[in-house]
Amino acid sequence: MSAWSITEPSARQKGIAGFLVITYALITMLPLLWIFLTGFKSPPDSISYPPKVLFSPTVEGYVNLFTTRTRVSPSQLAEMPPPENFAEEIVRSRDMAIVGPSKFGDRFLNSVIIGFGSTFLSIVLGTLAAYAFSRFRIPFTDDLMFFILSTRMMPPIAVAIPIFLMYRTLGLSDTHLGMILLYTAVNISLAVWLLKGFIDEIPREYEEAALIDGYTRFQAFHKVVLPQAATGIASTAIFCLIFAWNEYAFAVLLTSGTAQTAPPFIPTIIGVGGLDWPAVAAGATIFLLPVMIFTVLLRKHLLRGITFGAVRK
Amino acid sequence: MNDTLADRAAGATPPALARRVVGLSDRAIAWLFVGPTIFLLLAINIFPLLWTVYLSFTDYRANRPNRDVEWVGLRNYERILNDSDIWLSMQATAHFLIWTIVLQVVIGFALAWLINRKFKGNDLWTTIIVLPMMLSPAVVGNFWTFLYQPQIGLFNYVVAWFTGQDPSSFEMIGSVDLAPWSIVIVDTWMWTPFVMLICLAGLRSIPDYIYEAAEIDRASKLRQFFTLTLPMVLPFLMLAILFRGIENFKMFDLVVQLTGGGPGSITELASINLKREAFEKWRTGYSSAFAIVLFVTVFGLASIYVKALNKVKER
Repeated sequence: MSAWSITEPSARQKGIAGFLVITYALITMLPLLWIFLTGFKSPPDSISYPPKVLFSPTVEGYVNLFTTRTRVSPSQLAEMPPPENFAEEIVRSRDMAIVGPSKFGDRFLNSVIIGFGSTFLSIVLGTLAAYAFSRFRIPFTDDLMFFILSTRMMPPIAVAIPIFLMYRTLGLSDTHLGMILLYTAVNISLAVWLLKGFIDEIPREYEEAALIDGYTRFQAFHKVVLPQAATGIASTAIFCLIFAWNEYAFAVLLTSGTAQTAPPFIPTIIGVGGLDWPAVAAGATIFLLPVMIFTVLLRKHLLRGITFGAVRK
Repeated sequence: MNDTLADRAAGATPPALARRVVGLSDRAIAWLFVGPTIFLLLAINIFPLLWTVYLSFTDYRANRPNRDVEWVGLRNYERILNDSDIWLSMQATAHFLIWTIVLQVVIGFALAWLINRKFKGNDLWTTIIVLPMMLSPAVVGNFWTFLYQPQIGLFNYVVAWFTGQDPSSFEMIGSVDLAPWSIVIVDTWMWTPFVMLICLAGLRSIPDYIYEAAEIDRASKLRQFFTLTLPMVLPFLMLAILFRGIENFKMFDLVVQLTGGGPGSITELASINLKREAFEKWRTGYSSAFAIVLFVTVFGLASIYVKALNKVKER
């Protein structure tokens, strides 16, 4: 390419474009920044008017998120032994005492178990299916691929009715296994579509050479195709994980206790007299931050994942 | 083809060796690999769908599993077509769908076009813009109810600061006029980056030499935009609209957390109405019929749209 091109935007154009895009990015970040800040506010600061940008930070929201508390009278408070740690100190300054951990830890753990479990299963099944669709002549490949895609067009609530009945019969409602299977079924369409695209790009000659050298199909798949598709598999896995992590409709309808994930739980965090916004914001921060980090790490593979492989670089 | 080459290789070797080389036949491996996926989809997608179809012809109620189930034929479907609540929810869905798509296409395309000016640091800012759409809609939607609070909310405060109004003079979620827009705003905030990313891929797929040729032909910048840029990005734009259309037709999590369908039922989108019928009123048969109507509508519209998309692509 030449040093100067007539299609290259001028410096002034670039400047204006950059200014507008950065302005938009900053505005779009405001709600997220507000979640982060609110997590470190005290409850009175969080609902002050006008909204406070400068405030003295406290971890009260995080303490409230992880504990359940009860109100105690000043005389009871005076009788209690001195606070053992910073959390108790904060809680007692509000005339309260910690009575135990909250459910947030469990709910977060459920999100992790169900997220990773379903991602693992979708990737294993998806890679096998994608390889078969890519390499073998399967009758009605296009129809089957479209069928796999079309399962995503159903509103989750529409499938939730019979799944609710089915799980009730099978004893799968509100279990980790039930949710893992369900999220796998939803994710596998994305996994097969993406992975087929990645495997299509690996030249067949590699495997053919391996087959001629005396490898079996399984060996060729395992030793030649899998290492080549590793990047694709990894980015597909992240997308499955993010979906399972964020999912709400099935979670709120099919789980209530043991297997409930964080998204239906976070909005129900209640403080004294209405929602405890700093605690909600603290929960949201802990829950959203991993996804943000993955997004930044994954930015190069982003497009393909979110468009079902329809748009490639 | 791969199979034939492998077969030829196997044919040239002694039979005993060939058996070891080929192992399972390719056909067996193919079904072994595809089988589990198809089975899972049949068990957790297709079987439930068929069950929904069956239920839609009955008066079953999931909260009374021991009651006798009666076959009611097409009565559920008849009632749906005459149910004013359902028509209202379809109107709410249409309002939501049309405005989110219009706003997201306009803003998303504009952003993509600006980012494609390739200013310094555009990668970083693109990544930042993309963040909202990767997050959990339920958690983020819930937090937006806080931003929308009349007195203390950041949204009202910022709007008031720019317009000079009193921040407590308007309620985004509480008022019948503004609530439909409150969900449009949050969805646009969340999903504009999606349209932007696809448009950006479209813009970057246009090779430079086309513009160079146009420049030599002395086509004006405006003319270049309408005769080159827009037609070449159109298939990408249509793809983005398809994805957003399907997603927003079945929108549930974000809106249920934001407004819960209120005030009254002004933002009660189809999915929220469906949830109410199925899991609050427990009219399982009736809501199954509604679910089928919704699915057929999405599927039908999407198929027609994909045909149009393919025509545009062929051009």
